[in-house]
Amino acid sequence: MEKVNSDITAFKIKLERIEEISELLEDQDLDLEQAIKLYEEGMILSQECLKSLQAAEVKITELKNSFNTL
Amino acid sequence: MQLPQYKTITRLTSEIKGTLEQGFKFETVIGEVSNFKPHYSGHWYFTLKDAGAQISCCMWAGNNKKVNFTPKDGSQIVVTGSITVYPPRGNYQLDITDMKNTGVGDLQVAFEFLKEKLGKEGLFETARKREIRTFPSKIGIVTSPTGAAFQDMISVANRRFPLVELILAPAKVQGEGAAMSIANGIAALNEFPDIDVIIIGRGGGSLEDLWAFNEEITARAVFNSRIPIISAVGHEVDFTISDFVADRRAATPTAAMELVTPDKMKVASALNDFMNNFGAAVSANLSGKKDSVLRFINSPVVKTPVNIIKMNSQKLDLAAMRLDNIMNTNLKDLKNRVNSAILHLKSNDHNRILKKGFVFVTQNDKFIKSSQELRVKDQFQLNFFDGKILIEGNNGKSK
Repeated sequence: MEKVNSDITAFKIKLERIEEISELLEDQDLDLEQAIKLYEEGMILSQECLKSLQAAEVKITELKNSFNTL
Repeated sequence: MQLPQYKTITRLTSEIKGTLEQGFKFETVIGEVSNFKPHYSGHWYFTLKDAGAQISCCMWAGNNKKVNFTPKDGSQIVVTGSITVYPPRGNYQLDITDMKNTGVGDLQVAFEFLKEKLGKEGLFETARKREIRTFPSKIGIVTSPTGAAFQDMISVANRRFPLVELILAPAKVQGEGAAMSIANGIAALNEFPDIDVIIIGRGGGSLEDLWAFNEEITARAVFNSRIPIISAVGHEVDFTISDFVADRRAATPTAAMELVTPDKMKVASALNDFMNNFGAAVSANLSGKKDSVLRFINSPVVKTPVNIIKMNSQKLDLAAMRLDNIMNTNLKDLKNRVNSAILHLKSNDHNRILKKGFVFVTQNDKFIKSSQELRVKDQFQLNFFDGKILIEGNNGKSK
C-alpha cells in the first residue's frame, strides 16, 4: 500500500516535471548545453513513466471494519 | 333539572372517535415497521413511523392472513387502513386491512416518495455536485467483495490505469441491513485523507435487489460524503436514489471505473508525444543556432581568406581616403584662417600709419593710449616706423 502510493505519487511528480521540461525546451533562446541536459532528463523520466505504466498492477486494499454492522 | 356543565370522558372520547373514524377511512400510507408483535391470537400489533411521526397499527388475523410476508422491524411497507379509536385506553390506531411490502410491488411508491422528499430537501441539487478527478491515486469502492461488479472494476482499472490503488469497503449490497452497510462503507472510506473518488455500486438485479441504493440511509451517507461519489448501480436503465444524490451517475460499475481512470494507452501516447517534442525542440534550438553559424560561415567575408584581405585592404583604402578628406578639409580651413588673419593684420598695419609721421608710445611694453596713462617720471619709449627711442622719465619734475 505504501509502495503503490509512492509509485503513483512518483509517477505524477515525474509527469509534472516532464510537462515543465516540455515548456522549458520551447524557449529557443535556451543555451544548447542546457537544452540537451533537459532533453536527457525528459527522455529518462518519460521512459520511466512508460515502464511503470506497463509494469504496474492495480493494488487492492480491503477494509475490514465496515462490513456487516447489523 | 340541571343541565350538565361538562362532558364525560366517555362522551368526549365518543365524539373524538366519531370524528376520527369518519375522517380517516381507507388511508394508504407508507412507513417503516417497528416494534412488530404477532399476537398468539394471530393479530399483528406494531408501529409505523417515519422521521417525523409514528402511529400505532393493528392488523387482525382475518386480514393479515391474506398478506404473503411477515413484516420485520425496519422494513418499509405500504398499508391501507382506517383510524379506529379504542376508548378504554384513549388511543387511536390504524386498523389495517391491506399491507404491501414495498419490496413486492409497491417499491416504486416508496421510491417516488423518498425521491420527492429528498429532492425537496435539496439532496439532488446540481450546484452541490463536485467535479470528478480523472487522474486519481486512490479510488474507494463500496460494493460486495464477492460480486462480479468488483471483479469488473478491478479489470477495468488494470487495463486502463494500473498505477491506481483501489480501496474496497466491503459491503452488503442487497437484503437486510444492506443500506446501513453501504453507509458505513462510505463513512469508512471518508476516514482516508487521500482517496480521490468513491464508487458505490453493484451489478444489475431486480428492484428489490437494488433497493439498498434507494434507501434514505444510503442517500444521506452519499450526501454527507466529503469525497466525491459516483453511483453505479445495476444496468443502464436502472436509476436509484443514490444516483440522484451522488456527484455523478454511471450506468454500470464498469462505466464508473472507466470514468475515473485515464486510459493507459492515451497516457503512453502522451508520453511518446512529449519525447518527440523534446527531440523536436532541441533540434529546433540547434538549427536556430546552426543557422546563425551558417550565415556567418557563408557570408562573403568569411568565405575565403583572400576576400578577407581584399576586404581589409579596401577598408584601409577607404580609411586613408577618409583621412585625406579630413586633412584636406582641415588644411584648407587652416589656410583660410591664416590668410584672413594676414589680411586682418595688413589692414591694421600700424607701420603704414607710422610712415605718415605718427609715433606711438609704449611704457613697460604697454601701449599708452591716453595722456593720463603715461607716467611721466618713469622711462617710456617712442616708436617710429624705423626704430624706437627710449626717453628717461623726469623723476617727479613734471607738473
